[in-house]
Parts: sequence; C-alpha cells; structure tokens
Amino acid sequence: MVPIRLWRLPKQDFSELMGYFRAVYRADERSPRSLHLTAEAIAMNPGNYTVWHFRRLILEALNVDLHDELNFLDNIAESNTKNYQIWHHRRWVAQKLGTDAANKELEFTRKIISLDSKNYHAWSHRQWVLQALGGWEDELDYCHELLKEDVFNNSAWNQRYFVITRSPLLGGLKSMRESEVNYTVEAILAHPENESSWRYLRGLYAGDTQSWIIAPQVSSVCLKVLGSRINFVFALSTLLDLLSHGFPSTQAFRDAVDALRVPDDNQTDSNLAKTACLILERVDPIRVNYWLWQKSKLPQ
Amino acid sequence: MGELATEKHVQYILSVEKKKDDFQSVVMEHLRMNGAYWGLTALDILGKLDTVDADEVVSWVMSCQHESGGFSGNVGHDPHILYTLSAVQVLALFDKLDVLDVDKVTNYVVGLQNEDGSFSGDIWGEVDSRFSYIAILCLSLLHQLDKINVEKAVNFVVSCKNMDGGFGCTPGGESHSGQIFCCVGALALTGSLHHVDKDLLGWWLCERQVKSGGLNGRPEKLPDVCYSWWVLSSLIMIDRVHWISKEKLIKFILDCQDTENGGISDRPDDAVDVYHTYFGIAGLSLLEYPSLKPIDPAYALPVDVVNRIRLGKRHAI
Ligand SMILES: [Zn+2]
Repeated sequence: MVPIRLWRLPKQDFSELMGYFRAVYRADERSPRSLHLTAEAIAMNPGNYTVWHFRRLILEALNVDLHDELNFLDNIAESNTKNYQIWHHRRWVAQKLGTDAANKELEFTRKIISLDSKNYHAWSHRQWVLQALGGWEDELDYCHELLKEDVFNNSAWNQRYFVITRSPLLGGLKSMRESEVNYTVEAILAHPENESSWRYLRGLYAGDTQSWIIAPQVSSVCLKVLGSRINFVFALSTLLDLLSHGFPSTQAFRDAVDALRVPDDNQTDSNLAKTACLILERVDPIRVNYWLWQKSKLPQ
Repeated sequence: MGELATEKHVQYILSVEKKKDDFQSVVMEHLRMNGAYWGLTALDILGKLDTVDADEVVSWVMSCQHESGGFSGNVGHDPHILYTLSAVQVLALFDKLDVLDVDKVTNYVVGLQNEDGSFSGDIWGEVDSRFSYIAILCLSLLHQLDKINVEKAVNFVVSCKNMDGGFGCTPGGESHSGQIFCCVGALALTGSLHHVDKDLLGWWLCERQVKSGGLNGRPEKLPDVCYSWWVLSSLIMIDRVHWISKEKLIKFILDCQDTENGGISDRPDDAVDVYHTYFGIAGLSLLEYPSLKPIDPAYALPVDVVNRIRLGKRHAI
C-alpha cells in the first residue's frame, strides 16, 4: 500500500476546512460553495470517500459541465494514481459523457501507464473504456509499444490477451493464434526467464490441449531454450506440461535435458519427465515441493 | 532469525487506536472501521483482545450504522460494503453479533447485488470482485447467504478467472494476489472451489515467492508483507501451501518488524502501519508461528471466532 500524499498543510487549517465541509454535508447544501469546498477537501485528502460522494450529488444537482470535471481530475490524478476514489469518480464522469470521452480516457490512462506501467487502476479503467466506450483500433499496437519497452510487463501481456480475445475488430483467439505464437516465441527467445511470456504462450492454447502438444513452434522454442542451458526453468516446466499431456518426446529433447544435469545429479532416470523434475528441484529450490509434487504425479 | 516482538506490537496497536488526533489519524479517519478490524484482529491473534474495552468499541461500531443498514468507515461518513464487513467482523470478534438487526444489514448487502451476479461497493455502483467476497463473507457471518442469488454471484467470480489460473477485479482484469484471495475466498465460502484450477493457480501463487522469501502480488513486483496474507490464505484454501518455503517467508515477515517501537512494515526498514502489522501477524498465524491463535483463511477471523459462529448456526437450526 502506498503512503497517502498530502499537502503540507498545518493540521489546524485541515481540521477547519473539514469542519466547514461537514457543515454543508450535514445541511445537504448542494451549492457552488459546497462544490468548491469538496475540491479543497479532496486536494488535501483524496482518500475521503464521503467527500467524493457528496461532490457527485452536487455535480448532479448543479448540472455542471462534466468536461470541466475531467480536467479537475487530471490535475489531481498524477500525484494520486493509486487512489480508488479518483478512479471510480473518473469512471462515473466518463460514463455520463459517453463515447465522447473515449479518446480522452484512453489518452489519460496512457499517460498514467507511462508513469507507472503496472498501475492496476489505470489498466482496469482502460479495459472499461474499451468495452463501454470503444477505441479498440490501436490497442494491439499499444501493447506492442509497451512490451518493446519492457517485455516483462505482465500488465501489458494481460492487456494483449484481453485484446486478442475480446476486441470486436479481431477474429478472436483462434484466428489470432498463429501470429501471436510467432510474436511470443520471439519474446521468449529474447528473455527465456520471463514468466509472463511463457504463460501467454500457454494461454494461446487455452481449452485446446491437442493443438498445444502438436504445435511445432511450442516444442521448438522449448528445445532452443533448453539447448542454451541458461534461464531454462520455464522451458523445462513447459516441456513437463507437454509431456503430461502426451507430447511424444524425441531424442533431441532427451539429449537437451541430459545436458542440463550436473555431476551431483547422480540419480538419472530413463523417464524424461522425471529427469526434468529432478533438475527443477535443484535449480528452483524455493519451490522444491512443487516440483516434487510434479514428479509424484508422473506415471510410475 | 529474530523473534516476534509480541509485546511491542500490542503496545503499537493500542497506541494507534488512541492516537485519534495526530495528522495521519485525521487523514485516515474515514476508514477507521477497517483500522479497527486490522488492529483488533491482530490483538486477538496475539491473545490480547482483552486489553480493549469491548463495550466502548461495540457502541462506536453501532454508531456508524446507517438507516440503510450499511456501516460507514467512521461517524459522519457514508455507508460502504467495505466498512459493513469490517463492522460485522469486529462485532464477531467480541461475540456481539446479537446487537445487530440482522435483517437490516442483510437487506443492505442484498441490495448491492447486480443483475449479472456481481456486487457494487455502495449506491454509486463501482463493481469489483473484491465486493463479491465481502458481500458473501458478510452474509455468511450472519447466516444469511441464502438471501442472495449465490449461483449468479459465483458465476460472476468465475468470469474473472484468467488463463494463468488467477483472478482479476473484473472479467479480463490482470491476475493479482489480492483479487485472487477475494475470488478464492468467495468460492470457498459458497462451496464452489471446484471452479478453481488448483494446480495451475497453485503454481502461479508459489511463483510469487522471491529470493528474499517474501511474496509479491504480481510477476516482477516487489515483495510486500501484506501479500503474505493474500497469497498464503489462497494457497491454504486450495490446499497447496506446502509449495512455498514457509521458513523463508517467516524470516521475511520477522525482518519487517520495528523491534524498538513495535509494528510491521511492507518491506524491511520501511515505516510501519497497522495494516501491514495485521497482515504480518495474520500471515505468521497461517504459518503456524508459535503461540499465535490460528486464523481462518476464508473468514479472515480467528478460528475460535469462526467456530463459535458456526456452532451458533447449528443451535439456530
Ligand atoms: Zn502492502
């Protein structure tokens, strides 16, 4: 959790202001004066949800131009990017403005994401904007842009999956699969230690295990990474997954896995999956029990 | 490895409760109900709940209830489901659920369920799978789960499941340990854990343990004590907790203590707060650290409190 950012204001002034706020709130005075007071109170403590609630009531009563409200939010958002209230308020305003707001909201989240590429609120807001207001056209490119910057960005991978499975402009997972597999394989080869890209690859075959085990790109990326003999944990666990689903291994895989053994691994096993588990137990000791479990469920 | 500075933490929590007037407290006053739940549950786990005046707490909690049946984070604020659950949990800690007008609270929560089965946090309509868990837990504690459409509620939670086995805040939202805890908890409380791909999720969760022994909330993020709770409780609910290194996690949490003034921080050497103090202690309880009361991973309350409530149900029938 992040510490709350505050204006450096003497406690006295803050208490006084909150005193005024409580007075208009209790009197339910939905006036320009009250609106102004909520702005001041929010500036000092944007976490106070009651102030936001009251502000919405006032905005509705006074029929304020909500474009101004978005500008107001822009000004306080950057220093409060993890505040639930601000994001929720923003969604409330954007919803009222409708498709008009789509571009501004995509632009805005892009700005926040450029400051904090894994900001959960910003991503959540962006997904809502796409689904409720539209603007899917450039989204896949946007994901690519972010992954080019940081291929370990799990939020960007997630968004990519969101786009290929949900964009009305693309044909869905199956029709995107081939190009996405190629894209992902490239990302994996650049950084085989990247959990996100491996999970994305597996996700491209969600609900279609048959295609997963026969896909030549999948087995070949495993083999390439295993052959490099560094950062191979995810490649080896993927091979394990393939084997558990009936992937027919070849001598090339056997050789690649054998080459990963160290002299200490005196336990050799004719079973490839079992050897893979033995290696994973050694190279990923913090999760040794997980790999032991993987080994235990292999057919004896 | 150091030990848990129990006495210091008790003093720290009590001091936070008393400090109503300093600047930080004034700014946090709107979520005091959450703070009360964190602090008091931590005290209970440490076996020191009797150091607080129960009547005083209960009357303050009740003064936060609104006509709608919901509770606010403090006197003079608006009701929200977040604080309604904390209020019910605090009353449960003190075995004072009988002061509640159960129908009234139930109606408030039931009224927040949407057509698609999801729950809003309050009248303003923000939807999040966290609120599904909160609503389901709140009604479970009151033995009123049958008052909502459970099937639809479960379907919404399941719709937040991702291809990596985790769950997000809404359908398509990125998997996040906090959201996973809420979704797995909601499914556990409704007897729907068969919707979870336990092996896949278990692996994702145990990948959250980093070299220092701490747990992070998502890939490539820093470890944080509060994730000890979110990840651990999820792993326990799906029966995969032995997949992480408990010893290393215990050491990480203990390293986050302020052994001079009490309290636990998110990471070693950061400033302590009551939120991370609670999650650190609750995490240690899940890890079966000596002399701590066991806590229930789905109810987020001490096991004896949960048993008391379950027993109460049997009597009611
Ligand atoms: Zn934290």
